Amino acid sequence: MYHLLLVCLGGAIGAMARFFLSGFVARRVGETFPWGTMVVNVSGAFAIGVVAHAVARDSMPAIWAFAATGSLGCYTTVSSFSLQTLALAREGEWLRAGGNVLLSVFLSLGGVTLGFAAGSLLIGSGAP
Amino acid sequence: MSNPRKLRSGGTDTAAAEHAARLISWRKTNEAVRIYATVAAGSMIGGVLRALASLTSTALWGNGFPFGTLLVNIVGSFLIGFYATLTGPDGRVFASPLQRQFFMTGFCGGLTTFSAFSLETLTLAQSGKLMAAALNIAISVVTWLAAVWLGHILAVRLNRLRGSRQ
Repeated sequence: MYHLLLVCLGGAIGAMARFFLSGFVARRVGETFPWGTMVVNVSGAFAIGVVAHAVARDSMPAIWAFAATGSLGCYTTVSSFSLQTLALAREGEWLRAGGNVLLSVFLSLGGVTLGFAAGSLLIGSGAP
Repeated sequence: MSNPRKLRSGGTDTAAAEHAARLISWRKTNEAVRIYATVAAGSMIGGVLRALASLTSTALWGNGFPFGTLLVNIVGSFLIGFYATLTGPDGRVFASPLQRQFFMTGFCGGLTTFSAFSLETLTLAQSGKLMAAALNIAISVVTWLAAVWLGHILAVRLNRLRGSRQ
């Protein structure tokens, strides 16, 4: 129950950060391509890579619940990604739809890998 | 030559404009606070459901494959596709912008997660389960997109039923 509260708290922060950043990027770059969602998802993947290296999930469940499950879980989103990809496809923008899928997946996986590597550089051998 | 009447009226105009600007900026702040609070509230519910799904999945099927994350991402994609079309411009159901923010940006955004998907794929790959990692990517992307499309199509059908608003 205590951990679910931490998920709630982290989730509120993460979701507001997502709302702010995706809106900010969309207003700056325009909304022909969902850059806002992508920036959020790639940065969130990088961050969870760092967290995964820094926080031992089993021995620090409270921090994990707050930072990983709550904050970063609610910060990143699949639903907006899916909806925006569908919208591009429905407009006949197949190249952009496909590009969004490939870029999102590759950049996010690259982000989490880099984050994990950055974690080992910053923190050393990592949490046990 | 300065005209005192014009000056005075100009002064009043400035004061009125300042007052109006303050009122508008206060309203904007108030509106922003409401939107952020709404998004946060929806996301809290979605996030807790996701955490519970993840726990249940681990309890039922262990840590071999991240079914919990896959499930919430499919459900969230379906729901956002369904809701967006059902409450959209040609939709059958009216929803206020705040209600849409609550459900789509908040609830569905909190329920689904790209970060856990990325991390779990990396973990599978790091533990040598390259096949499972590749499968997770392929199955996830295909099922997310199928789910959002299915939700959308279902809502389009509902919108076309007799007895809708139009």
